[in-house]
Amino acid sequence: MSITVSLQVNGRNVSETLEPQTLLVDFLRNHLRLTGTHVGCDTSQCGACVVHVDGLAVKSCTLLAAQAHGTQVTTIEGLETEGRLHPVQEAFRSEHGLQCGFCTPGMIMSAVALLRRNPTPTEAQVREGLEGNICRCTGYHNIVKAILTASTHMPAQSAQASRS
Amino acid sequence: MKPAAFDYHRADNLQHACELLSSSGDDSKILAGGQTLIAMMNFRLARPKVLIDVSNIADGNQVLDEDGGIRIRATTVQRFVENSESVQQRFPLLCHAIEHVAHFQIRNKGTIGGNLVNADPASELPAMSLAFDAEFDIISVAGRRTVSASEFFVTYYTTVVAPNEVLSSIRFAEPPKNSGWGFHEVARRAGDYALAGSSAIVTLDAAGKCTRARIALFGVAATPVRATAAEDVLIGEAYSEDLLKASARSVQSILDPESDVHVTADYRRSVAEVLTVRALNDAFRRAKAVQ
Amino acid sequence: MNEPTATGIGASLRRIEDHRFITGRGKYTDDIQRHGQVHAYLLRSNLAHGEIRHIDTAQAKQAPGVLAVFTGADLRADGIGDLPVGWMTTNIDGTLMFIPPHPVLAVDRVRHVGDPIAVIIAATLSQAKDAAELIEFDISDLPAVANIDRATAAGAPLVWDGAAHNTAFHWQVGNSAAVEAAFARAHHITRIDLVNNRMVANAMEPRVAIGEFDEGRGEYLLHLSSQNPHVARILLATATLKVPEHKIRVISPDVGGGFGSKAMHYAEEVIVLWSAKKIGRPVKWTSERSEAFLSDRHGRDHKTHAELALDANGKFLALRASTIANLGAYYSTFGPAIPTFYSAPLLVGTYAIPAAYCDVRGVFTNTVPVDAYRGAGRPEAAYVIERLVDQAAHEVGLDPAEIRRRNFIPPDAFPYDNPLGAQYDSGNFGVGLEKALALADYAGFEPRRAAAKARGKLRGIGMSSYIEACGAGPSKIIMAAGAGSGMFESATIRVNPSGSVVVVTGTHSHGQGHETTFAQVVSDKLGIPIHSIEIVHGDTGRSAFGLGTVGSRSLAVGGGAIIKALDKVIAKGKRIASYILEAAESDILFENGRFVVAGTDKGISFPEIAFTAHAPAKFPSDEIEPGLEETAFFDPANFTFPAGLHICELEVDPQTGATEVLAYTVVDDFGNVINPMIVEGQVHGGTVQGIGQALLENCVYDPDTAQLLSGSFMDYCMPRADNLPNFLVDYIVTPSPHNPLGVKGCGEAGAIAAPPAVMNAMMNALRPAGVTELSMPATPLKVWQALRAAHA
Repeated sequence: MSITVSLQVNGRNVSETLEPQTLLVDFLRNHLRLTGTHVGCDTSQCGACVVHVDGLAVKSCTLLAAQAHGTQVTTIEGLETEGRLHPVQEAFRSEHGLQCGFCTPGMIMSAVALLRRNPTPTEAQVREGLEGNICRCTGYHNIVKAILTASTHMPAQSAQASRS
Repeated sequence: MKPAAFDYHRADNLQHACELLSSSGDDSKILAGGQTLIAMMNFRLARPKVLIDVSNIADGNQVLDEDGGIRIRATTVQRFVENSESVQQRFPLLCHAIEHVAHFQIRNKGTIGGNLVNADPASELPAMSLAFDAEFDIISVAGRRTVSASEFFVTYYTTVVAPNEVLSSIRFAEPPKNSGWGFHEVARRAGDYALAGSSAIVTLDAAGKCTRARIALFGVAATPVRATAAEDVLIGEAYSEDLLKASARSVQSILDPESDVHVTADYRRSVAEVLTVRALNDAFRRAKAVQ
Repeated sequence: MNEPTATGIGASLRRIEDHRFITGRGKYTDDIQRHGQVHAYLLRSNLAHGEIRHIDTAQAKQAPGVLAVFTGADLRADGIGDLPVGWMTTNIDGTLMFIPPHPVLAVDRVRHVGDPIAVIIAATLSQAKDAAELIEFDISDLPAVANIDRATAAGAPLVWDGAAHNTAFHWQVGNSAAVEAAFARAHHITRIDLVNNRMVANAMEPRVAIGEFDEGRGEYLLHLSSQNPHVARILLATATLKVPEHKIRVISPDVGGGFGSKAMHYAEEVIVLWSAKKIGRPVKWTSERSEAFLSDRHGRDHKTHAELALDANGKFLALRASTIANLGAYYSTFGPAIPTFYSAPLLVGTYAIPAAYCDVRGVFTNTVPVDAYRGAGRPEAAYVIERLVDQAAHEVGLDPAEIRRRNFIPPDAFPYDNPLGAQYDSGNFGVGLEKALALADYAGFEPRRAAAKARGKLRGIGMSSYIEACGAGPSKIIMAAGAGSGMFESATIRVNPSGSVVVVTGTHSHGQGHETTFAQVVSDKLGIPIHSIEIVHGDTGRSAFGLGTVGSRSLAVGGGAIIKALDKVIAKGKRIASYILEAAESDILFENGRFVVAGTDKGISFPEIAFTAHAPAKFPSDEIEPGLEETAFFDPANFTFPAGLHICELEVDPQTGATEVLAYTVVDDFGNVINPMIVEGQVHGGTVQGIGQALLENCVYDPDTAQLLSGSFMDYCMPRADNLPNFLVDYIVTPSPHNPLGVKGCGEAGAIAAPPAVMNAMMNALRPAGVTELSMPATPLKVWQALRAAHA
């Protein structure tokens, strides 16, 4: 069986015919060649595949591309605005929040979602918020620092913080 | 990372989903959030021939205030409930329990209904349905029926929802005003399946005596369990450490824990009692605070 | 000497390579799509031990999209060689260790769950998997040996007929006679039995291999997530694929972590290359995570009995240890080296113990092969000595810090020959200890313990003093010990006419930040800006032979080669400059990026010399060759020996057994530090892996069936951000004399020191409740059971 999936990815309209069992992460990586989203496990544990679907952070390995039909998807490649890095991206570099870089896109996408929901988190809230992302290199110390640093550099949010 | 092939249909609403279920035959499944189903299909542990997708129906996320309770549409994602101000105010225990389900990215897609129908006895939500005297609204092409939480769960991963039925909504009853809650679980890491967990809602009268109690445990039997014997110990009594210990001890009669690769049955029994004491402590403390 | 700068040695320069990683533009091997590529899927045994009676691939070959299905017989028929073992360990009786065959795809028998038996190649991975389900195979069920206890039990089934008692080798080091004598006059003997639990490295990027063959040139191209592409290449050339070495190119692009598990030679890289030639298309294999648990080499898995003899003043007289090491079903490339050469010589740790002896018995089991995992033998040694010393302290009534103080090798004793054959280069253990104790407020612990008790918690503090061998390695020493090749390193410094510099190294960063730290070294030495330096690594087609990034060697040995090559560049630059500046070569100095005539202000910049070298009008090009490119190979005289002190403070909930690590202090001696930020990151990461081993992680096989029970991230429990504290990290510096930079290496230290620090803290917390022993991982269940047993 073939189905047609139409959606927006990083602001661009995309429409493709594919098999229904195609996972969103495979659609992004192999059909759209957006290889910044990574596959690190097969039990939805590691978070390397996190993207935003309609502004919500989700694990693209546990979503059919079909479930993203009609939505707006943002991947790590779509986080920059007009060539300017997102404050979270900047902070990961300034605080050495990455080593091998493989978990980093998913980590950054999760962090952006967390900060949208809670713009001034405590360290404990940041650590709790990272439950769905595994890093084997950094020991998380600098990732947490990066997210807290980014929270001080992000534009003020409206009182009605957007869903994440 | 590749599910086996299947036919795929998008349902416009839950009634439509029932029709599709009826006409698709035995090997068809409802796809709500997919956080359990897709994960199993990735391993080819589940291989449905037909998937009926209800994850994007209109008003899929819905939490309705009702008299004395709330009604949550089964397709509502967990995070929506967790973030609902109404639920935070009226059902803080439910919010707190939901925060323990996996990670927030999973909860952005995973649904209340999906979690309940999956009926993992170590999951927090089935126990919450017992704690809040929930009622399950189940529909099919043949009609609709309501099942109480005490009858909904049959055994591991099994509920009374038949293959041609769809869970439509769940009503959670609001506890009385002078109530406090408690919730404790032990997992290897936060977000992992609970090794054991206990929750309590305690209602006190003006004299500080308990007039109503709900104690629901998870990870300790083939289904979530409500410890009615432990609840009875509390009725008419005021707080004391001994009272709580006695109540927690009588939890043992309804436990039927398993040993598995992570922990032994003995451990679960012992920890279930400890966590019940802690949950009751918090519940009494919170109930006193609202008096 | 150059002035310290913001981009030179010692600067916490933000990483140059980060931009591509934070924007999702990294190029990991699975990101690469080769034109016309097809996909390989390996069918693996679901039995731990069995005879392959038959494999019927006829139906699978007909399945939609399938190009080919191959078995071990097909590879053997084509002359593909077995996976080799690269380290020969000698038995106590002088004979060589037993060497079983290790076919790329199993032929007669499967010997562990996950042992590959067939490869299906199809247009899509889905099609390959579907076709795999059509393969019929009959494997008889043979009794399986699941762990060390089962392997060494009387009458145990044999994994290999030629290895009696499942013994691969029985090796020793040290002086048993001297040890016996010392024990005979000991005032006190402490004994301990320890298990070093089996680990899975689980780098976040699973392994990937893409093989291609250019029919026109007869050349193979392999894209591989490897820590050491040259090693992969030479083993492919000489052992498995058996083609001329210069006809293979191995490219490792960005690698998402390795921790040792991507350093050895694996079946999959052979299979993709060989099958690419057979079918005329590029063949891509990507490991899935549950597949990785069954095929990536595991780590650790030792059982040790150790004894420490003390005199009446708590001074150590002698140490003896007997270890049984689980090697798995086959040797992995470096497997026999880990529990022997890389472990036993470190057993005496940072202490002046006059006599020591260790014997190691390697055993086969029906499990995944075991090899290097972050620390590779040194964590196993540190765990033994540091738990033994803590136990001894408890038994003789000395504070754990005091017993260490009394026994540290003094700072004036270096170079220090320890009784197990290692020569420590430099160190000052006492200073490191005092610094760590102060930072951790060790003196103020008891009131914290009492306060915790009032809250119903058991609080403990524990330490470990570690030392390890890094900077692998001195070729003569390791080849004498059994290595098949040396471990020098190469560097080429290519200076472009415009003055920019390309550094080609045979090491290969997989998270360690070499594109930054190597550039810092070059910038510091040549006085040129960071942005005019490029670091090239991971490509056998571009660099001379190198041994990759393992054993914390890249800066020590790779940096050493870079310095040597830079010295050659500067020397040639001086010669050219002497003509330009019309001075004697001996009067030319090079400082702050300029060649100057000593005592004058006459000089010329490095970029100008670079251009001049390519425009040789002003110097005799028959005496000095044009161009400016130098290659050097650096073979260090010895290993380097980083050391340090970890202190862990934690609380146990006695009712549930749950543990929370509350504070963690580290003082390391890594010699000179090039980029403190990167070094500290390595310490964080290694320490968390060590905490994971101590409290959470365990690779478990069913004792009867040898089925892997912990086969996914659900069951194999790695630390996440919310169950960890922040880390307090500081340094002392005693440079190593064994490399030009004076560095010692830092990548593995955390994983070495943390497990005993955590377990010593656990024992400190639980001893007052009557617990006398505890093994890793100290899960809630285990702690709860230990407390119950103590109350009984």
